[in-house]
Amino acid sequence: MVTFQFVPYHDIENLTPTKRVNKLLKIVKEEKIVIMEGRLKKQEEADLIEITMEEISPKFKGIELSVIYPDKEKQYPLQRLKGVFANVLLGDRQGLTIIGPASIVNKIEKDPDKIELFTKESTIRYRKRKKK
Amino acid sequence: MAVRTFFKNLLKKLSFNPFSKRNNFKLGLYGPPNGGKSTLANRICQDWLGEEMSTVSHIAHETREIKIKEQVTIKNSKGKELTFSLVDTPGISTKIDYEDFIKKGMKKNDAKKRAKEATKGVIDSIKWLDDMDSVIVTLDATKDPYSQVNITIIGNLQARNIPVLIAANKIDLKKANLDIIKAAFPQYGIVGISAKYGKNIEEFYEQLFKLAK
Repeated sequence: MVTFQFVPYHDIENLTPTKRVNKLLKIVKEEKIVIMEGRLKKQEEADLIEITMEEISPKFKGIELSVIYPDKEKQYPLQRLKGVFANVLLGDRQGLTIIGPASIVNKIEKDPDKIELFTKESTIRYRKRKKK
Repeated sequence: MAVRTFFKNLLKKLSFNPFSKRNNFKLGLYGPPNGGKSTLANRICQDWLGEEMSTVSHIAHETREIKIKEQVTIKNSKGKELTFSLVDTPGISTKIDYEDFIKKGMKKNDAKKRAKEATKGVIDSIKWLDDMDSVIVTLDATKDPYSQVNITIIGNLQARNIPVLIAANKIDLKKANLDIIKAAFPQYGIVGISAKYGKNIEEFYEQLFKLAK
């Protein structure tokens, strides 16, 4: 069984970058897949990788991370403007971030508008089917 | 960090940076593991210094500490020279499993040691981002470029205003797809190369001059 935990933006909105990253990592270390509303800042993504590396042990092997974010190049000027206003008023809630423990999630592929999440089990099944 | 970056960028814009000498220009090689950073570092050093810089391996995380080769001078077709310190960094990844090294034939203790050193290497790579003047992001052209590690590395360089050149490596392989990389990162200079065989390396050196401007 795979457990997903939704993290709404308002849950992390007022946290410091370190607390934000630690909160997400804590959920992942409980072997749950985080689905977060919005995305981390670039520096926070780097912090997430750094802190993950500090925590790696024979039991915790790291994370799989993926972010879907609207491609601003494909948006109309009005859509972009709305997005800017929404960001100013509500914070950057656009997009979706998925973080899973590497022990469960084998890889996350982006296409780039859809996300495919392969668990360890599904990858093994897929390989077996391919061999046949 | 933000204050330091702000002042560094401000001084860069004013073309006055007392902390950076031109002959101390740091050119970093960044990217995911096994993209060919060390092979490219060796190619550059072989071509211009006649010696190798790093060891390479088919097992990921062969480079586990920052390596620097100072005073590398390259020349372009017009006779212009460019001198830099070449910084080969450990590959950045979000997961490291010692069991993957065992599968590649390593002994358990060696695999665990390698995994531990690799985690430290990733941390060092991220910490060194602030010290780079320009970066070559080395990607394996046979792999999916939309991985979050690639996006995070490039995003962090962009946030720090560090010029980026993407070297799409391993174009000698059949599976290589330069078009996908160009589609994934349309706003960056991309040059397809084979660091191992030196394919298109002259074009790569020309692009380095543009990057360092």
